[in-house]
Amino acid sequence: MVSAEEDMSAADAPTIVELSADDVLRARTEAVAKAGIGRKAEHLLEVRGLSTHFFTPDGVVQAVDDVSFDVGYGETLGLVGESGCGKSVTALSIARLVPDPPGKIVKGSILFDGIDVLKLSPDDMRKLRGKEIGFIFQDPLTSLNPTLTIGYQIGEAIRQHMGLSEKATEERTIELLSKVGIPRAKERLKDYPFQFSGGMRQRVMIAIALSCDPKLILADEPTTALDVTIQAQILELIQTLSSEFGTAVLMITHDLGIAAGMCDRVNVMYAGRIVETGTVDELFEEPRMPYSWGLLDSLPRIDDVRGDRLRTIEGLPPVLIRPADACRFNPRCRYARDVCREKEPELTRRGGTDHMARCWATEPEGWIA
Amino acid sequence: MATDTLRGGVAKPQPSASLWRDAFSRLRKNKLAMLGLIMVGFVTFIAVFGSILAPYNYQDQDLTAVVANKGQPLPPLTGGHILGTDQIGRDLLSRLMDGARISMSVAIVVQIVVICIGVPIGAMAGWFGGRTDNVLMRFTDVMYAFPDLLFIILLTVVFKQTPFGQAMDGLLLVFVAIGLTTWVTVGRLVRGQMLALKETEFVEAAKAIGVSDRKIVTKHLLPNGIGPIIVAITLGIPAAILAEATLAYIGIGVQAPRASWGSLINDGQAVIRSSPWLTFFPAVCIAVALISFTFVGDGLRDALDPKLKGKQ
Repeated sequence: MVSAEEDMSAADAPTIVELSADDVLRARTEAVAKAGIGRKAEHLLEVRGLSTHFFTPDGVVQAVDDVSFDVGYGETLGLVGESGCGKSVTALSIARLVPDPPGKIVKGSILFDGIDVLKLSPDDMRKLRGKEIGFIFQDPLTSLNPTLTIGYQIGEAIRQHMGLSEKATEERTIELLSKVGIPRAKERLKDYPFQFSGGMRQRVMIAIALSCDPKLILADEPTTALDVTIQAQILELIQTLSSEFGTAVLMITHDLGIAAGMCDRVNVMYAGRIVETGTVDELFEEPRMPYSWGLLDSLPRIDDVRGDRLRTIEGLPPVLIRPADACRFNPRCRYARDVCREKEPELTRRGGTDHMARCWATEPEGWIA
Repeated sequence: MATDTLRGGVAKPQPSASLWRDAFSRLRKNKLAMLGLIMVGFVTFIAVFGSILAPYNYQDQDLTAVVANKGQPLPPLTGGHILGTDQIGRDLLSRLMDGARISMSVAIVVQIVVICIGVPIGAMAGWFGGRTDNVLMRFTDVMYAFPDLLFIILLTVVFKQTPFGQAMDGLLLVFVAIGLTTWVTVGRLVRGQMLALKETEFVEAAKAIGVSDRKIVTKHLLPNGIGPIIVAITLGIPAAILAEATLAYIGIGVQAPRASWGSLINDGQAVIRSSPWLTFFPAVCIAVALISFTFVGDGLRDALDPKLKGKQ
């Protein structure tokens, strides 16, 4: 009896190969090298001075303000920060999906594989979406159309962009479904979303995002709506598949643990601006911005004393209507001095590397060494 | 044992119940709706095969019987006429069966007009929003504010002499005119559905994989909003039948010797004291048809309600 149960659960379990950290690293390095073949620019994605504003009755909300960053071919870049600091709007801007009105990209340029995304016609943009840029949304429960079969929804992008025959589309759909670890893929094509669990639906979303072999996947908090065990599986799946296909990932999350585990580099965003950027090691070992300290400090630790309150960053992010020329974090910063309230710091280098931070206190002449 | 139960649960694949099958199984459990459906089926059957099944031709006059009855209409169950005759000896049952054909074609033609106008206008207004929405909805408001009966009368008068006005004995014109006044409700409903649905995440997800606008509207939005639309159209049928009856009653539309249920009531009313059956039976027909369609519409509304999904 017992063995039967084991057999069955093994057959039914998602087919994810367990990889050691070294394996993943090696695979990633290879994948990054492979992904660079035929590259048209130095970086897959070059965002320069991006400003996305929302024109509301209360005033202009500067949701994303002068943001610049790169995503290399095959690289995984993390975008972390608390709610409402512009992470999602940044991702939506890249895919030009910001709801207009009220949103509008007012400044900046987005070069995707050498193409200026902001200059494309709506029609050309549509051809880029789904084909070159995949999107994984936060909530798999509402991101699938309840009236269409899973098979149709996965095949939709393939039909739209790849011009395959019905049969080839179906074959590819089945292949994708089994790739993302859905058992009995062929039988489940005709199922509707409500017949899938949350984790399974997120796997379907990943299959949709990967359906046309995109060069970049924008993952907007892909695991926030899922429970922790499923979270780990989904993240591993994204990691494995992006390595396999050499896909670059822009990973948006508020969970620093996820960023540490998945990303090559991390951007910390606060109030519409990038306040710190660096490799995962730099950022987690030597953060140079009080907001990053706060984020790291607010993670629960295994050696916390039971019953202690969780540590938080006091206060809320500011409303982004006509922000003053000051460090945007200063009202919540315990190290803030007059200069922080009078002038906004620039994003400047820390040490000799690409590690950069936006903070007066940690500048070489600052008051925190 | 636990293993067996578990195994049974996993090994048996769920039947792929589609949305429609699911809705239909719920509709079948609704007794009133099924009764309505049977009645609608019956009326449709009569409408299609009425001319074969009718005991007499609807315009044949049994004058000898009327003369024998001192020029009075024959009451029901006399002289081989189950429901009696009118003043000039025409069999009432046969005329009612012919009237069923008119009522059913009203039901179909009017709703086709409503779908062809209301759905595209509502969908465009809701999807594009902004100025398009404003223009289309103000146009809808104007149509809504215009007195229906006056509009229909005007249309029938203006187009009466055209080939279109003569089609189907002039009935097509009346049906289309009714449709032109009743699409407004469906148009507004579709717009509301579009507005609510276009903000959903699956639409954003569809945009994110580069699905074209037209496909998003037809494949993603309309199927999700179709439940209320179907209900509105089903419930619009009795309104259309009633509108036709009203028009026939005031003498617009169906031309003698043909008669719709409404014009039969009109004819019978003159002799309602002496021969009440001439008014009574057409009225019963109208009432039964209206209530049947209403039952079906209500049943569909319950069956297609997404909140009840998966429940009995």
